[in-house]
Amino acid sequence: MSLDTVLFYVLAALVLGSAIMTITRRNVVHAAVWLISALVGVAGLFLSRGAEFLAGVQVIVYIGGIMVLFLFVIMLVPVHDESTQRRFSNQKWPATLAAVALFLWVAFIAVNGVGMLDHPGMAEPLGPGSLSENSEAVGLVLFSQYLLPFELASILLLVAIIGAIVMSKTRNRETES
Amino acid sequence: MEQLLANPYVPPLILTAVIILVFPLIAGYIVLAERKVLADLQVRLGPMRVGPYGVLQPLADALKLMLKEDVIPSKSDKWIFWLAPVLSTFTALSAFAVLPLSDRFFVADVNIGILFILAMSSIGALGLILGGWSANSKYSLMGSLRAAAQMVSYEVPLGFATVTAIMCAGTLSMQGVIASQFERGVWGAFDNYGLMLIPTVLFIIAGTAETNRAPFDLPEAESELVAGFHTEYSGFRWALFFLAEYAAIVVISALCVTLFFGGWLRPFPNVAALEMPLNTLFPAGLFALIALGCSKGVFRQFLVGFRLVMAALTGLFLLVAAAFVLPVVNELMIGLFWFAFKLAAMVYLFIWYRGTFPRFRYDQLMDVGWKWLIPISMFGLILNAFVQLMGRGYGLG
Repeated sequence: MSLDTVLFYVLAALVLGSAIMTITRRNVVHAAVWLISALVGVAGLFLSRGAEFLAGVQVIVYIGGIMVLFLFVIMLVPVHDESTQRRFSNQKWPATLAAVALFLWVAFIAVNGVGMLDHPGMAEPLGPGSLSENSEAVGLVLFSQYLLPFELASILLLVAIIGAIVMSKTRNRETES
Repeated sequence: MEQLLANPYVPPLILTAVIILVFPLIAGYIVLAERKVLADLQVRLGPMRVGPYGVLQPLADALKLMLKEDVIPSKSDKWIFWLAPVLSTFTALSAFAVLPLSDRFFVADVNIGILFILAMSSIGALGLILGGWSANSKYSLMGSLRAAAQMVSYEVPLGFATVTAIMCAGTLSMQGVIASQFERGVWGAFDNYGLMLIPTVLFIIAGTAETNRAPFDLPEAESELVAGFHTEYSGFRWALFFLAEYAAIVVISALCVTLFFGGWLRPFPNVAALEMPLNTLFPAGLFALIALGCSKGVFRQFLVGFRLVMAALTGLFLLVAAAFVLPVVNELMIGLFWFAFKLAAMVYLFIWYRGTFPRFRYDQLMDVGWKWLIPISMFGLILNAFVQLMGRGYGLG
């Protein structure tokens, strides 16, 4: 086995193991720490595939931004009350359905091979030479081929921000009156 | 030996080991410098007892911290209480891997060097947050909440300032950024007709906030939160938090020096006439001056042992000064000298802030971050992008 393969299995074990720990911990902060570990593993997987820019951004955005905010919110919630409650809600059937659908989708891709996800320009094998252009390649594709999805995603985020402000404002008015 | 050094994995590993072994000592001396400078700003003497003028104080402090009892609060979350300082120290020291100490001393020159440093500093913030939460104390929790809010707010202007510098350099590699400054013939801070000063100043402000230093030290605010996130930490774990803090200061200063102040390049790297005075006379003269200062101590100290220490220091600095005159040593060490010199100037700036600025109130902190720094940093980015495009010949017409 080459070093790449070994690395892949180590990182995959880290991601899956941490993900399982995330959903089984009773303490929310412990779950968050395991989620961080899973996200680090995903960044490692990106790195081992030569997508170094994605790896860096994965850590900065998900761990430095989103997980810090997660922890911020979790800390404001009294953990000891939450950890004794039943955590599985009654929405068993939608959850099962979603899980089965996701599994079928992943299995479909696995059976048909990775080739079906390729688009021209991405299929070249990543050699040492192509590594240096990784950040540039992401930027070029993002602002030419995927400009519309990129802009839509940013509008979606803007809507979410405005929504959050509107919701917090209305609650303030209620508490004041 | 030659064969061993030719192996691509050996020199980085040696350098890594040296950094991990030597950095705690350097951090100890930064602490001593901080105490001395603060004392000077407040017209005091600072530590004077351990060794002549307190020069051995860091060793005494380190010994004390190692021998102290390591208290773990009984109601704390032990696992995370253990994890937090380890996480902070590990990430802060990892960031050293991509620092370009000189043209030949660096562990790795990776294509995403700057992203790697920012990523490590954002994981390091988790150490603060988790450490404060796990201690199960109100003061620690308040410190943690403040740390989380502050990190998220000030990472944005820090990121924008970094992006502006990267945009001018055209690369994310640390050595590449320095190379581009050499090619453009000007330090990053003064590029684009001086417009790059906007991101430079913003980077220094946001970097101070990112490392939780005064006037942005709300997470530890000793006058209101006892000691903030590390209230319940003691002994060696506390020392790890401090090691991480000083490592973060050095890393942020190094990033600033690399992005905006030419890294290991000497001032005016393109002016050949200044080669001799700046690369030989300046370092040799500087260390000779330090030796002269130490030699005064030989006569002023009363204890024989202290006199001997001062004499040894005088000899040491004279030796270093002499070494910089030798062309072989000079060529090897001059990059490291300039990097360390600029780094020391940045670290002094951090200490100076602590001695002179009053701490922000929490609402002021948020106001400055969101209403001033972020809009100005966006404006600086767009302005500099515009000037860059004009410079490259993509006119509007």
